[in-house]
Amino acid sequence: MDFDLSDEQKMLAEQARGLLAERTPFDHLRKLIDSGAEWDEPLWRELGEMGFLGANVPEQFGGLGLSELDLGVISQELGRVNASVPFFSSIILAADAIRLAGSEAQKTEWLPKLVSGEVVACFASAEGPGPILGQKVEFSGGALKGTKSPVADAGIAQIAIVQAGASLVLVMLEQAGVERTKLESFDQLRPHYRLDFNAAQAELLPGTGQISTLLDRAAVQAAFEAVGGGEACLQMGRDYVMERQMFGRSLASYQAIKHKLADVAVGIELAKSNAYYGGWAAGASVDDLPGAAAAARLSAIKAFENAARENLQVHGGIGYTFEANCHFYYRRERMLAVILGNRGFWADRLLNAQPGTQGKAA
Amino acid sequence: MDFNDTPQEAAFRVEARTWLAAHAPAHELQPGVTIPDTEEAARGRAWMRELYEGGWSGLTFSKALGGRGLSGAEAVVFSEEEGRYHLPKGPFTSIGTGMALPVIAKHGNDEQRALYVEPTLKGDLTWCQLFSEPAAGSDLAALRTKAVRTDDGSGDWIVNGQKVWSSWAHLTDWGILVVRTDASVPKHKGLTFFVVDMKTPGIETRPIRQISGASEFNETFLTDVRIPDANRIGAVGEGWACCMTVLMGERLGSGAHRSGVEPLLDYAAKTPAAHGGTMLDDRAVRQQLAEALAEEQGERFFQARLRTMVSKGENPGALAGMVKLAYASRYQKVSGLGMELRGLDAIAPEAGDTFTPDLQYDYIYSTVMRIAGGADEVLRNQIAERVLGMPGEVRMDKDVPFEQLK
Repeated sequence: MDFDLSDEQKMLAEQARGLLAERTPFDHLRKLIDSGAEWDEPLWRELGEMGFLGANVPEQFGGLGLSELDLGVISQELGRVNASVPFFSSIILAADAIRLAGSEAQKTEWLPKLVSGEVVACFASAEGPGPILGQKVEFSGGALKGTKSPVADAGIAQIAIVQAGASLVLVMLEQAGVERTKLESFDQLRPHYRLDFNAAQAELLPGTGQISTLLDRAAVQAAFEAVGGGEACLQMGRDYVMERQMFGRSLASYQAIKHKLADVAVGIELAKSNAYYGGWAAGASVDDLPGAAAAARLSAIKAFENAARENLQVHGGIGYTFEANCHFYYRRERMLAVILGNRGFWADRLLNAQPGTQGKAA
Repeated sequence: MDFNDTPQEAAFRVEARTWLAAHAPAHELQPGVTIPDTEEAARGRAWMRELYEGGWSGLTFSKALGGRGLSGAEAVVFSEEEGRYHLPKGPFTSIGTGMALPVIAKHGNDEQRALYVEPTLKGDLTWCQLFSEPAAGSDLAALRTKAVRTDDGSGDWIVNGQKVWSSWAHLTDWGILVVRTDASVPKHKGLTFFVVDMKTPGIETRPIRQISGASEFNETFLTDVRIPDANRIGAVGEGWACCMTVLMGERLGSGAHRSGVEPLLDYAAKTPAAHGGTMLDDRAVRQQLAEALAEEQGERFFQARLRTMVSKGENPGALAGMVKLAYASRYQKVSGLGMELRGLDAIAPEAGDTFTPDLQYDYIYSTVMRIAGGADEVLRNQIAERVLGMPGEVRMDKDVPFEQLK
């Protein structure tokens, strides 16, 4: 057993971290928000040039042919800086959906363009409040009808992968049958849209029964992103209390603060360990993936939630200002907490992955 | 990264499994049956003897010391395989192998290593820990048990004081003992480490009546106990460093237990609920069990990361404390939840109920898991200070000679 990232993976993480720290400091995020930008397009181009967008995609489709764990390392670094790029939409969900369920022709056409960054895809599954069932759109005879909302990154995407019941379909967004309406996004660095399909031309991804696997694989990547965000919050909170003086001594010297941040650190380490296992299992032990992904998902959201909240808390009043940096993560965490289904949904998936304990939620 | 065994580990696992299949069943305890502590200790020794004769005792100790000179990874493989059997293992043997031997191996001299290591690996010598005192628990260095050198030229030491929480002190052969030998220097600097034969005149152990109803812990009174200087481990004044070696063994050894989520899942899945279905259909129950299970899995993989660090020669330091910190609270929560699922029966089960008494015991015993081997609060301090680099606690007594402290 060797349960650590390889030296190459550590180098990949360092490379990504170095680039992202330079390109996307917090003031840059503030500028993006103030200018109403849809995304950080130059950063996206650069990530494409570096090969990061195709880390786990086979070389025949323009990727680097690395593992899910390598992709996880990149997700973690993107989470750390709260980058404003459609990585989760276009790569983790849409490209993976095409890879899992697309025909050879669809893979050959779209994967190289997605991993170069030339084409951006969004992934449309939610249909308003409540659980994600994909029931309210209809796909028949090559035409898609109905509404998906909200859909992240739909403003900049050229194509959408749409969940229609148990099927996945591919839709070109620049067509008469598609209407995009921008929504107010709680995560100010990830715009969301409503998509109305009025008999839009669409094509089926022919693979069936892949949605569950797609969700599991995405949950592992979301866990890595949450771990990266959690680590950033812990570092920020720790650095702030180390500097701040209160009642004649360092704020960091108070046990109430130390214990709070120690608990944050424990949560992150446990979540990271689950994410590592999920990343490993996604490639090397796929039978374990459903349980591993659900455990990673549950523990990562719990850890990031605690980190984001307590980071703002230890900052005190300054944490409530736009000039401080806590809010980026405080908002992003809520988005990650709901993007693939909530806690109850993943609790069910974890329990259902245990032998002999299948039950249904009341 | 590879969670699976290496070819070498896999071969070792087969070897271990084969040997255990032939030798472990005869030593197994019957689940749910309580046996007297004297018998438990005797069976513990017998299992140690079996392990030693089969070449499975002291796996990580050098061959020169009577061990097998293997890596930590292989020791983990063996303990996983051994854990499949319900064997008489407990503090009566693990204090020896996990605490006494590491400190003797590291701080002792060749003569001491020859005297104590192999007999302990054979089960001939068992050990208790004489560290904590009524006024020195988390603040161990505040201990007051005193050793004074005799002036008769023998070099012997005379020890007086009181120790507490010494597991199995009434049934073990020897103790590891830390005492104050110099009160004129600050508290950490005046300590010295000894091994002591528990049959030495002047040692009296009294069982502590615990909230679990059991009495595996003791108070140990030392009155004019004469200890030869040859029993001193390390230099005079080196006691604190020895304690740190012991406590590191305690940290790395703790928390390798399951917190009881899986039996509870099985129970909930099989038990009808009031309004049809099973208890596992209940949303609140599902949520709590799933969160605990996710944490338990994370802890298992975190331990795998720690073991990987150790196998690469890195020291996990205070990171290791995270395991017990998370485990102990989860153990308390899960056993508490188990009692709720059991209903009022959890308070007064009928005779013959073999499930509820375990839940009750776990709920009671989980309290000591949060205190022993580094209390939650101590571990949080250590994580904050050593992992996050935050300031240490204010230590009013740090540079003050011990005798001047109030």
